[in-house]
Amino acid sequence: MTTAPAIETKDLCKRFGAVQANDNISLFVEQGTVHGIVGENGAGKSTLLKMLFGFYQPNSGDLIVNGQKLDLDSPSDAMAAGIAMVHQHFMLVEPFTVLENIILGAEGQGMLDHAKTDARAKLLGLEQQFGFDLPLDTPVSQLSVGERQRVEILKALFRGADILILDEPTAVLTPQECDQLFELVRLLKSRGKTILFVTHKLHEIMAITDAVTVIRAGKVITRVATSDTSPENLAEAMVGAKISRAVERAGQEHGAPRLRVDGVSAQSDLGHTALKNISFELFDGEVLGVAGVAGNGQTELLDVLTGLRPVSDGTVTLGQELVNSNEAMTDPIELRRAGLAHIAEDRLKTGVVADMSATENSILGYQREPDFSENGLLKLSAINDAAHSYFESQDVRPRDPSLAVASFSGGNQQKLVIARELARDPQTLIIGQPTRGVDIGAVTKIHDQITELRNTGKAVLVVSADLDELMAISDRIIVMCEGEITGTVDIQDADERTIGLMMAGAHAEATTEGAGL
Amino acid sequence: MSASAKKLPGAVEAIAMPFLNTLIAFLLSGLLIWALGEDPFYALSLLFDGAFGYQEGIGYTFYYATNFIFTGLAVSVAYHAGHFNIGGEGQAMLGGLGLTLAVFWLGDTAPVLSVIIAILGAALFGGAWAFIPAWLQATRGSHIVITTIMFNFIASALLAYLLVGPLQRPGGQMPESSDFPEGAGLMKFDELMSVLGFSFEQSPLNVSFLIALLMALAVWFLLTRTRFGYEMRVAGKNQNAAAFAGVSVPRVTIIALMMSGALAGMMGLNELLGEQLRLIGNFTLGYGFVGIAVAFMGRNHPLGIVLAAILFGVLYQGGAEIAFEITTISSDMIVVVQGLVIIFAGAMPHLMRKPVTAAYARLIGKGAA
Amino acid sequence: MKFSFFRMLAFAALVILPASFASAQNFRPVLLYDIGGKFDKSFNEAAFRGAEQFARETGIEFRDFEPNSETQYEQALKRFARRRADLIVAVGVGYSVAVRNVAEQFPNVKFTVIDAVIDLPNVQSVTFKENEGSFLVGMIAGLASESGKIGFIGGMDIPLIRRFQVGYEQGANYVRGDLEFIENYVGTTPSAWNDPIKAAEMAKSQYARGVDIIFSAAGPSGLGVINAAKDNGALAIGVDSNQNHVQPGFVLTSMLKRVDLAVQQAMLSAHGGTWAPGHQVLGLPEGGVDYAMDEHNAALISEEMRTQIEAARAKIVSGEIVVADVDGGNDGH
Repeated sequence: MTTAPAIETKDLCKRFGAVQANDNISLFVEQGTVHGIVGENGAGKSTLLKMLFGFYQPNSGDLIVNGQKLDLDSPSDAMAAGIAMVHQHFMLVEPFTVLENIILGAEGQGMLDHAKTDARAKLLGLEQQFGFDLPLDTPVSQLSVGERQRVEILKALFRGADILILDEPTAVLTPQECDQLFELVRLLKSRGKTILFVTHKLHEIMAITDAVTVIRAGKVITRVATSDTSPENLAEAMVGAKISRAVERAGQEHGAPRLRVDGVSAQSDLGHTALKNISFELFDGEVLGVAGVAGNGQTELLDVLTGLRPVSDGTVTLGQELVNSNEAMTDPIELRRAGLAHIAEDRLKTGVVADMSATENSILGYQREPDFSENGLLKLSAINDAAHSYFESQDVRPRDPSLAVASFSGGNQQKLVIARELARDPQTLIIGQPTRGVDIGAVTKIHDQITELRNTGKAVLVVSADLDELMAISDRIIVMCEGEITGTVDIQDADERTIGLMMAGAHAEATTEGAGL
Repeated sequence: MSASAKKLPGAVEAIAMPFLNTLIAFLLSGLLIWALGEDPFYALSLLFDGAFGYQEGIGYTFYYATNFIFTGLAVSVAYHAGHFNIGGEGQAMLGGLGLTLAVFWLGDTAPVLSVIIAILGAALFGGAWAFIPAWLQATRGSHIVITTIMFNFIASALLAYLLVGPLQRPGGQMPESSDFPEGAGLMKFDELMSVLGFSFEQSPLNVSFLIALLMALAVWFLLTRTRFGYEMRVAGKNQNAAAFAGVSVPRVTIIALMMSGALAGMMGLNELLGEQLRLIGNFTLGYGFVGIAVAFMGRNHPLGIVLAAILFGVLYQGGAEIAFEITTISSDMIVVVQGLVIIFAGAMPHLMRKPVTAAYARLIGKGAA
Repeated sequence: MKFSFFRMLAFAALVILPASFASAQNFRPVLLYDIGGKFDKSFNEAAFRGAEQFARETGIEFRDFEPNSETQYEQALKRFARRRADLIVAVGVGYSVAVRNVAEQFPNVKFTVIDAVIDLPNVQSVTFKENEGSFLVGMIAGLASESGKIGFIGGMDIPLIRRFQVGYEQGANYVRGDLEFIENYVGTTPSAWNDPIKAAEMAKSQYARGVDIIFSAAGPSGLGVINAAKDNGALAIGVDSNQNHVQPGFVLTSMLKRVDLAVQQAMLSAHGGTWAPGHQVLGLPEGGVDYAMDEHNAALISEEMRTQIEAARAKIVSGEIVVADVDGGNDGH
């Protein structure tokens, strides 16, 4: 402890209106270590990071970097202090080459060519030092996700960063890419860099970090050396209590097939083939989980099932009705009338209109139902009553349906959506990312609701990027990679490693072999 | 009521901010007038005197405002559907053509019927003119901003062609039609008042002002009370959510744009059927574009649009008064003042947001303490 | 801040009184310009100078107003009519319907309208035989042209401007049989008067095609033609006012349309009580149209040319030469 800590915060507070996002956060990160920060979505991790990186300014408290108290007014201040951040969503210009992306914003004065020549020399040195192998003159658009992440890290090193903040770096990676990332992180650490590793995946924390700080509800719950803790302890600290399941899963017997997907292919918005010959059945009384790294066709699958995207080949059958084929597609309104509800995976993009009121959003998709409109006129009082009853049934807060949806927290938005979609007692539910951006208390409740639906004989399909979630609520899991189903596993037989390999593209047969070795 | 004081101050937002912006524009204009060597206070007094000081002035103020209500509503309906209709000018021209054709078709035989058909004709032609860009947007993705602008030029050329050709007043020099047949026109406000037993100075103000108010009410009803209005706003704010809700975005686009075009087309009621009683080549005089500023200043709310339209009516009429009375302030100067108001109140509506929010917060803080 | 706000209020309260003509004079003439503005170096400016001349001679002030849109034509006419102006002179063809409407409403106010013909007992209409003046400048162009190609650029394509064109061509053909004409019009709407850029482009194109002299009858747009003449080292012919001075050496002459005389005459006659309604047509014999000679173009037009032109003038005045007009040119409507 002869050197000052790389980052130290003392009683950092950040408030947004009435919400105390960070409450007296004290953080202590030693030089040359990998420090984990864990917390559920909405725990306040992002706010803390944004303060460390100069995006937000704390309402009170101190930030001390390498022993010096700093006021970071902007990300460029942070960069000047040697702090760099690799965002979850990369900040890269796709048509530009790796080199151009790296010097973007640091081109210096005058001729670009000089800047490029100088940068190239420096980058080659860095690549050698840290074992990168990135093609400097290839456009970023041609790189894989993992490579793009390395471009971001190289960019940070190029700017002279000594402290790297990695924000949920594994969220978009396959397990195999994760391993590569971990190697790189270890190398960076061995070269004296300090790394803040932010995640909500506990096994990653156990694998890579030296110490870990747990944040819950804007407060630091604990800070421990990784070697002194266990995933169970961390989970308990994150969640606050042992996760307990209020609703037990009833027997495993499922009912009749409800939704049949037969040889479906479909195109993405950009015209690429996003689904390739997908077939599966969803039964009454089961929860079917769809796993996969984001962007492997799950979004298109949801669209195809909910009348938002025509198939290019194959059929989707709901009950006895053909609802999507290359001849015709049943529109979402008719699907809802046929008892199919859809909880959209990207709430703000699709599931709600953020700057319309909660009342107005509570009829979205159901605006043509006779209890909400007649002869083209809205029935305002019925709509109002519905909104109030939704708020009541799902305990949406604050209890004011006249507020714009954007002013509710993610969890409360999701509650409203769930209330809306469950209001007509649908037999089939298609749910995308049921708990994305939802606070931890609500997560449990949502999981319980899904289980209860299953127990009452409904057919539920859940797409989630969170494998733990799928393992917790599904009866079966199908795994998707590059638009194909790479495996189907019953929950009794599921383990994360096998599913991880399937997510990376290994087919079920191959994995069985691998497991046998 | 008391709860609303805690929430975001809607009244402050809707009234104080545009007012402040207008005030800034007036202050700058005052400086400009002062720099020209004229007394800005005198000019200001002329502005208000011209707009409200005498009955004819009031008539002119509301006459101009009528145009702006129509075009402002037109912009706002498209805006609620997520589109920026810059084609109000062209749609108004076609609306004028539609009503003119109706009047010449039926005016001699049945003047009253011709006026009714003319109102429909104006809306129909304006709507039809908006249909083409809307259809191109809906089916081909051609951007409405571009196509509607281009359609302004086409409309202008079409009108010029007709008015130096088949529709030109026989023996006339200017691109304008013959006079409308006797009786084929809208009742003037002074006539209406005298029917009701009041007297009002003669002015161009006519019953299309009432039609405009009716349209504002209709737009409000459409937006807040009808299912189509709801679906239109959903589509305008979030196309993905619209698809999710089973709303056909292309269909909404086409219908909304046609309604927008119909409203713009009805501007001709005021100018042509109310006052000029003939079709004039460029009777729209940029009112279609002013409608954009009016819609933004009125926050795309029908009531706000009516108020903003009246403000612009004041600027037009009061501005003319200044130009009449102070010869050193040329008509170009008046255009500059109008431009300042458009910039501050229309194009930079959030300029004063921070200071106002801060001041309001302080005020509320004091009140609570 | 506070003080000035109250001052503003007080001021506003004080000055809100019916605006009126300040002087105690009995005769109140008003001059309304066409769109294009008072100082357009052409038509409107000529009108202004006529009124100024009247003011100088009689010591009586006049009011004037520049409308910025066609709607203001009628508004301005009514406004001054209501304030009991004795004579309202409206210049420009655009006023025809507006003057007719307002004159019907205010039978006790005298109106003089220039370039339009309105048959009402309180309206005096003054039009010009632009074809006769144009005949003379056409002769000059024909005599001065070296390339044998001469051009014409009209403002708005209306019969009034066609009249300039036909006179111009007749005059040119009168002196020379092998001439080639190129003509363009800036537009078909009133904005054509106010588009010097487009006019300049047209002029450049004509010069590029071998034209060496362009006559522009386009109001303020014509300034673009004159500037293009200078840029191309060629010649232009001005219109309405004497525009020889605008680009000395590049303006061959100007077709004078004595709007100034018409305005001055109207005001003087109304003041003197001899004003009478009806239609006056001012041609060469009346001195209503002419071509401009001054120090700026003296070097461009030889004595010999002048002799020929003056001979033709005499023949037109005597009726020996009849300059044809366009259909419906000087009729009422």
